[in-house]
Amino acid sequence: MLPVLLLADSRLPSGGHGHSGGVEALVDRGLLRTAEDLELFLEGRVRTGGRVVAAAAAAACALAEHAEHAEHADRAGWADWDAAVSARTPSAALRAASRAQGAALLRTVSLAFPAPAVTALRALPRVHHPLVLGAAAAAAGASPAEAAGLALHHVVGGASTAAVRLLGLDPLRVTAVAAGVARSADPVAAEAAALAVAAVVAGDPTVLPTEGSPLTDVLAELHRASEATLFAS
Amino acid sequence: MHRDDLMTVHAHTPLPAAPGRAVRIGIGGPVGGGKTALVAALCRTLRDRMSLAVVTNDIYTTEDADFLRRHGVLPDERIRAVQTGCCPHTAIRDDITANLDAVDELVALHDPDLVLVESGGDNLTATFSYGLVDKQIFVVDVAGGDKVPRKGGPGVTRSDLLVINKTDLAPLVGADLEVMRTDAERLRGDRPTVLVSLREQPDAGPVVEWVTALVRARRS
Repeated sequence: MLPVLLLADSRLPSGGHGHSGGVEALVDRGLLRTAEDLELFLEGRVRTGGRVVAAAAAAACALAEHAEHAEHADRAGWADWDAAVSARTPSAALRAASRAQGAALLRTVSLAFPAPAVTALRALPRVHHPLVLGAAAAAAGASPAEAAGLALHHVVGGASTAAVRLLGLDPLRVTAVAAGVARSADPVAAEAAALAVAAVVAGDPTVLPTEGSPLTDVLAELHRASEATLFAS
Repeated sequence: MHRDDLMTVHAHTPLPAAPGRAVRIGIGGPVGGGKTALVAALCRTLRDRMSLAVVTNDIYTTEDADFLRRHGVLPDERIRAVQTGCCPHTAIRDDITANLDAVDELVALHDPDLVLVESGGDNLTATFSYGLVDKQIFVVDVAGGDKVPRKGGPGVTRSDLLVINKTDLAPLVGADLEVMRTDAERLRGDRPTVLVSLREQPDAGPVVEWVTALVRARRS
C-alpha cells in the first residue's frame, strides 16, 4: 500500500500544483465564492469529467497489468486509449493541460516505478495524465479500482487546494468538504473501474464512459485566453 | 531558431558552440528586487555572444515574458512562461516538472548555451532545486533595508551568487552598503556577492562576468 500512497500525495512532483481543475476560471468570474460552491462544483465534477478520468486511469492500470512483460508492454495499444481520452475531452485547453500533467508525472514515475508499461509510455508522444497515473498505479501495486480512486482523489484535491489559495477559504472547512465529496466519489470510482476493466477485456476503448460538462470546457478555453491567470488550467 | 540561425549567431561570437550542454542558471529572490531587470540585462549583454533562452515563472504568467519582449531583449520563441498556481517556490524546488518541461523544450528547439530560469517573486526562504538548475543567483535589493543579508535564509547563505541590487537607493533609504557586504560575506563564506545598481549599470557587468565564466567552463 505504501508505494500507492506516494501516488496520492500532493507532494509527488507531477506539475499538479500549477493546475486548478477549473476552479480559477470559475473564481475569476464570480461563479465560485464559498466552500458550499466548491462542494457543488466537486460533486458535479466527480460525476462527469472525474468519472471519465477515473475510468481511463483504471483502464491504463488493467492494461499495464496485462503488459507486465516487457515484450508485451508496447503492444497494449496505448495510442488508441490515448485517443479515447482526447475524444472525451472536447476542450483543447484541457487536453493540453492533461498532456502536460501526464508528461510531468511520467518524469517522476519513470524513475520511481520503472515498470515495462511506464517505460513503454515514455516512447510515445505526451500521453494523457490518467493513463500515466494508471500505469504508475499498476507498477506501485494498485488495482484498477484503486487507480480510479487515485484519479478522483486528484480531481478533488487539486480543485480544493486551488480554492483555498485563490479565495482564502478556511482549509479545515475545505477538507471537510473534500471528505464529503470523497465519500460520494468512492462508488463512482468502483463503477468507473468496472466499466474500464470491461473495456480492456473487450479491447475496445470506445466503450469507456463519456460524461462531460460543457461549462467547464468553455471556461477552460476562456481561461487559456485570459491574460492574468495564476494556474495553467 | 534553427541550426542555420545558430550558426549565424555564433559567427559573431568568440565562444565555440557546445550542443546540448546548456548551462542552467536559476534567478530567485523577493518581489521587486530586480530579477526581471537582471534577466533583461543579461539577455541584452549576452545575446550576441551566445545562444540564450529564458523560462519565466512570474505569477502573472506572461507578464515577465511580455516585459522581455517589449524591451526587445529576446525573440518570443526563446521565452517560455510557466504558471505556478500561487506557489512560485514549489515550481523551482519541490515540483520542478513544469520548469524541466519548459527547459527541455527550449533546449530541443534552440540548443542554447545558457538557459535562465527566473523564479516568481517569493521570500528569503526560496531556493532552487539543483535538479532544475546548475547554479543559482539570489537577488535582493537595498531598498528592503540593510538587515536583509543578516536575516539569512537559503537564498542569501547558499546561493552561488548573491546580487544586492539598487545600490543607488542606499542614501535614500538609510541603508549602509558596507553593513550589507560584511553581513553577506560573513554568512556566505567563499561564495561571491556583488553589489550593483542595474539602473546605473544596465549591462550588469559583474554578473555577466560570472555567468560567462560558467558557460566557458562548461564548453572547455
